[in-house]
Amino acid sequence: MSKPNAYSAFVALVRRDLLLAYRRRAELLQPLFFLLVVITLFPLGVGPSLSLLAKIAPGVIWIAALLATVLSLDGLFRSDFEDGTLEQMVLSGQSLALIALGRTVTHWLVAGLPIVLLSPLLAMWMNLPDSGMPVLIKSLALGTPVLSLIGAIGGALTVSLKRGGQLMSLLVFPLYVPLLILATNAVSSAVAGLPYNGQLGLMFAGLIAALTLAPFATAAALKLSLT
Amino acid sequence: MISVSELSFERYFERVFEPVSFTVAPGSLLLITGINGCGKTTLLRVLAGLLEPSEGSFHCRQNPLYAGHHPAIKDDLSVTENIRFMMKFMGSKANGDEDAFCRSIIDEVGLTAVAQQEGRTLSAGQRKRCSLARLLFCEESLWLLDEPYSNLDRQGIDMLDGIMRRHLDNGGACVLTTHGSLRPNGFELDECELQSGRQHDNWETT
Repeated sequence: MSKPNAYSAFVALVRRDLLLAYRRRAELLQPLFFLLVVITLFPLGVGPSLSLLAKIAPGVIWIAALLATVLSLDGLFRSDFEDGTLEQMVLSGQSLALIALGRTVTHWLVAGLPIVLLSPLLAMWMNLPDSGMPVLIKSLALGTPVLSLIGAIGGALTVSLKRGGQLMSLLVFPLYVPLLILATNAVSSAVAGLPYNGQLGLMFAGLIAALTLAPFATAAALKLSLT
Repeated sequence: MISVSELSFERYFERVFEPVSFTVAPGSLLLITGINGCGKTTLLRVLAGLLEPSEGSFHCRQNPLYAGHHPAIKDDLSVTENIRFMMKFMGSKANGDEDAFCRSIIDEVGLTAVAQQEGRTLSAGQRKRCSLARLLFCEESLWLLDEPYSNLDRQGIDMLDGIMRRHLDNGGACVLTTHGSLRPNGFELDECELQSGRQHDNWETT
């Protein structure tokens, strides 16, 4: 007989989003296939030299992961915005940051986690040495949630624009730069036999910072887009 | 329930509608009329809290329920799933068996036959009925309904009138907009005609 508490509203939202993702699974597979195709094209483009591929592998895999994430970010708030659900969620009195976090968690589960799971295959295709593989997986596991969290801010800012996708990528790519540098540097260091804990530690700190701050920034951006 | 004094909203330094004042008491219904584009939707969005008023003020005792032009129905979810999600997210009056309560709501809005169909397959009138289902489980006592009769058939209009009648009898209040042709039937109501803030619009009508 009362307003649902924040936790049950959060669970209801995540469950709805997972169900929606399942119903639209073809749409979800597109960024993953994009990722696979981009990685496949590299040996064709730069030549099949194994040593060269091994050298560029961390950067290529990470940039492909960035592109694949941004592809799926555009729809993060768009459909809820267009059919009026977002408006109703805002008026429901639930915290907007909670809604933002719920959407971001689902986005990571359906777009970020599959990239982490696919990464051993990508590493093999790019001839990444075995010593780099665990660090690549760790860096993606720490980094993809940050991609979703920061990307959600861009998605929320551009949700009211008809073709906000390109503007959004211009907004979020610069914010991804530190992450990209740390992640590729960690993997390259591991391959070279150097310590990499510092980079991963910084990435973890970035994840904590994004997890605590990004939902509020996303909420503010959503509020801006709605008025 | 809600009192509004000299409220107005500006867009691009031009008033969307001329300042309005009214008070809505529990158990009463206010009908806002006006020509297309005179700011009825904007006024309701201001009252719902989606827009900040540029002039004047209003005071609401509690958060109102706003049902606008967008039905808030997901195309990929069935009618039942849509309503269940809204009940869980926004809160509902259900005591105990939510499934049975949900079924009774779907029955009341006349969507039992399409309860398992996806949102995309619904007609415009069925969508309207599905979004009006919110009125049956919400706890808000003030309803802001934007053109609630649009797309509804005769039975749908009677159904909505019945729901509003019950709400008013229970001490609730409604503010609804209409551009003229369809009006609540058999209600004692206050009426407020909204004047467009753009001068040329008013010249055309006088």
